[in-house]
Amino acid sequence: MRFGVVVFPGSNRDHDAWHAISCVFGQSAELIWHDSTSLGAVDALILPGGFAYGDYLRCGAIAKFSPVMNAIRKFAADGGLVLGICNGFQILVESGLLPGALLRNRGLKFVCREVTLRVETTNTPFTCTATRGQLLKVPVAHGEGCYFADEYTLDALEKEDRVVVRYVDNPNGSLRDIAGICNERRNVMGLMPHPEDAVESLLGSTDGRVLFESMVHSLVAAAA
Amino acid sequence: MSDLTPSELDKVRSILGREATETELGIFTVMWSEHCSYKSSRLHLKKLPTKGPRVLVGPGENAGIIDIGASESGERFAIAFKIESHNHPSFIEPFQGAATGVGGILRDIFTMGARPIAVMDALRFGPLDDPAHGARNHRILEGVVGGIAHYGNCFGVPTVGGETVFEPCYNGNPLVNVFALGVFRHDEIFFGRASGVGNPVIYVGARTGRDGIHGASMASAEFTEESKQKRPNVQVGDPFMEKLLLEACLEAMKTGAIVGIQDMGAAGLTCSTCEMGSRAGTGIEIDLALVPQRETGMTPYEIMLSESQERMLLVAEHGREEEVFAVFRKWGLDAVTIGRVTGDGKLRVKNHGVIAAEIPNRELADEAPLYDRPHDVAPFRPARIEAPAFRSADLAADLLKLLASGDLCSKRWIWQQYDYLVRANTLAGPGADAAIVRIKETGTSIAMSLDGNSRYCALSPREGARLIVAECCRNLSTAGALPVAATNNLNFGNPERPEIMAQLVETIEGLAEACRHFETPITGGNVSLYNETLGEAIWPTPVIGIVGLLKTAAPVTIPFKNEARAVMLLGGLGSCDETRFGGTQYAKVVLDALWGLPPALDLDYEKRVQAAIREIVNEGLVESAHDLSDGGLGVTLAECCATDIGASIEISTDLRPEIALFHEGPSRILISTAVPQSVEEIARKFNVECTSIGVTMKERLRIGNSTTTWVDCSVRQLDQASRNALEDRIANQHA
Repeated sequence: MRFGVVVFPGSNRDHDAWHAISCVFGQSAELIWHDSTSLGAVDALILPGGFAYGDYLRCGAIAKFSPVMNAIRKFAADGGLVLGICNGFQILVESGLLPGALLRNRGLKFVCREVTLRVETTNTPFTCTATRGQLLKVPVAHGEGCYFADEYTLDALEKEDRVVVRYVDNPNGSLRDIAGICNERRNVMGLMPHPEDAVESLLGSTDGRVLFESMVHSLVAAAA
Repeated sequence: MSDLTPSELDKVRSILGREATETELGIFTVMWSEHCSYKSSRLHLKKLPTKGPRVLVGPGENAGIIDIGASESGERFAIAFKIESHNHPSFIEPFQGAATGVGGILRDIFTMGARPIAVMDALRFGPLDDPAHGARNHRILEGVVGGIAHYGNCFGVPTVGGETVFEPCYNGNPLVNVFALGVFRHDEIFFGRASGVGNPVIYVGARTGRDGIHGASMASAEFTEESKQKRPNVQVGDPFMEKLLLEACLEAMKTGAIVGIQDMGAAGLTCSTCEMGSRAGTGIEIDLALVPQRETGMTPYEIMLSESQERMLLVAEHGREEEVFAVFRKWGLDAVTIGRVTGDGKLRVKNHGVIAAEIPNRELADEAPLYDRPHDVAPFRPARIEAPAFRSADLAADLLKLLASGDLCSKRWIWQQYDYLVRANTLAGPGADAAIVRIKETGTSIAMSLDGNSRYCALSPREGARLIVAECCRNLSTAGALPVAATNNLNFGNPERPEIMAQLVETIEGLAEACRHFETPITGGNVSLYNETLGEAIWPTPVIGIVGLLKTAAPVTIPFKNEARAVMLLGGLGSCDETRFGGTQYAKVVLDALWGLPPALDLDYEKRVQAAIREIVNEGLVESAHDLSDGGLGVTLAECCATDIGASIEISTDLRPEIALFHEGPSRILISTAVPQSVEEIARKFNVECTSIGVTMKERLRIGNSTTTWVDCSVRQLDQASRNALEDRIANQHA
């Protein structure tokens, strides 16, 4: 499978995502520069963490105007798998590919620590090999990860089974403990925690693997 | 306008053969400031060991470089690392001062071609509960931590460790020492040399503004009532710009078109031009009209002395400029040819073609005045030798008080604000004895630790310095790493006072002796003098950063893992008398006193203990390991108690219980193991003591001798004392 990792000026977990995909899972992964107008022949996309455009104005607010975003919108509209992690989630939200907003952490400070996530649905290509209720230990590292949406949207997300992962120990004040969601078509997912930093036992946890394994599983199934 | 002394002005006159222009005077003033020229310390810094089998680049470059071995495919790798202070700016404007401190040291690393992969910070503040200065100390702490987080997190380098200490001597003079480390291949090393007459000199990165003018000379003076007016001297950092600059520079280096490169740090364009020329034995001619500027009407003086951040100067191969420009264009950065390398050895600064300064590079960069400041007096000592009478009323209460104290409590509130994981290499992060970052390419990991102890150094700068090196190496050895090289940051008061200069000289000699002994040459560092406010100097505060190498593997950690394991003290219980007890945390926290001398150190014994623990750890014989330092055995035991595992400890000693539990004698490491005989065997081989002191058990920590129980606490109680102590103190400040 070919993964593309989109690099915006200021992305800084692009390497982490690339390392997880290529070195840990042995899948092919290429970096895609933000002013590319085409994605090439990739099967799935990762929008990595970092501070695209320095997070100036608002996290993701400038990145959404990058030339590559048109190609990403089209890729998503065609059913391609798009995973936005941390800053990538913020960019997906700013671009309108996912609903809601990510606000300053309730504690007003950047927070880096391990959190526990609960898998809320396995009905997504990102969690299809997990089990419902499975607990995942993965790190967070963000200053603006407090998920916010109006009640109507939150209710819709719950009703449509689109809350993919929830915090067991909410580190940032996210409404309804939401850590990650998907779009209506279920092929675009965003989450604040970093599964790509939890794929090797050497680094303390391998619980993040299930997301990438699910993606590969879905792609293989779709190709068959 | 100029801070040069009359004799320094004479020297300027004789170098130029005429009176200096205003711009030239400004250039000499910053280059010959203490901060840039090390004029008071250089003579003594020569005593430090700087060479070793792994040292590829020693002091004098932007950072030291050591060899770390080859990858499987035979490519040789190296690390560049250095520590630098940003004390004065962090006092005046804590957030930006600390942020630009991080930015400055990161540029020192990547200007040599290395990608930064770790940062650590040694921070010192006045106490948060200081009756007169608590509120200001708190503001400085919040600002400094916020600034470090802001810069490092956005740049994308993990902040993996450090230390935070509170002492009243830092009330008017906080210390912010930042260490950075980067990795690269041997063939990727670049130097700040302006070689090749006729080659273009290219300016890249942020535009030049009026910020930071004379920052270097501010950092070379004491604080007075007027210092608040120096706020405009503090630069403003833009970590996003620095991230772009990093990626663009590393990519431009790959083109092969770059001859030399240096960051613009202290003294900005002045320092980078004359140092690059001096190192290559060439001249540099630039026209300031070509320098990208973000303000109008800047004078040559202001442009040359600006310390605007995120700027680099590079020399490219003539005719290949476009290859370099293309890379910087891709990253959206300014890159402009502002001059060329000449053969006459002079720094020639023009403005719209009119000469504003013309100074020989070598004399400016390398022939700054050198002072042998008087130091033939005893170092200043803030304490007496004799111990006061003391007796503990409740040892358990003392232990809990120590665990909650500013220096010993959990620093989680600080390090959770730092991204310590980015780049997916952090095997051991904040809170560990040593931070460990793996090198993906080689199967090797780098262990690193920052240590200082100004209480010891206040009592004896020489012994304190030796203890710090021993402690730093012990941190690495406890992780199984072999210490290989060091960097140092010397923070002192006014060197023109002989009793302060004597502290500096004794410290350097102590460092030199210990670094020689542990075979950790010092490859670079920084000296920060004039750390005084209103005539009151800080205690002598050397901070040392040492790096070590180990095979990449899951690291040994501090907490006990299982019940019913042997708890052993490698190195033995140690000895201590009342005089040697006066610099301990117990003396500070429980007795509110400082006296006597630092703990006694036997360098040979320490080295054997460290060799033994490295072998024990690397053979996989321990379940946990933690070195003894601040707070002694009592605090170390408490720190090893994990969520549900404590220990039952029985100590057989003639020492008074206060001293047995809390003395800070070095050369000791606490381990828990399932195979005590194997551990003892190795200890015997290295001829060091290994004392069995108890067993791990569920939920409680019980310590005593054969007749009396001294401490009996639940593990939960110990954890709670330490866990939120810092946050609680901060919350009290807000209340």
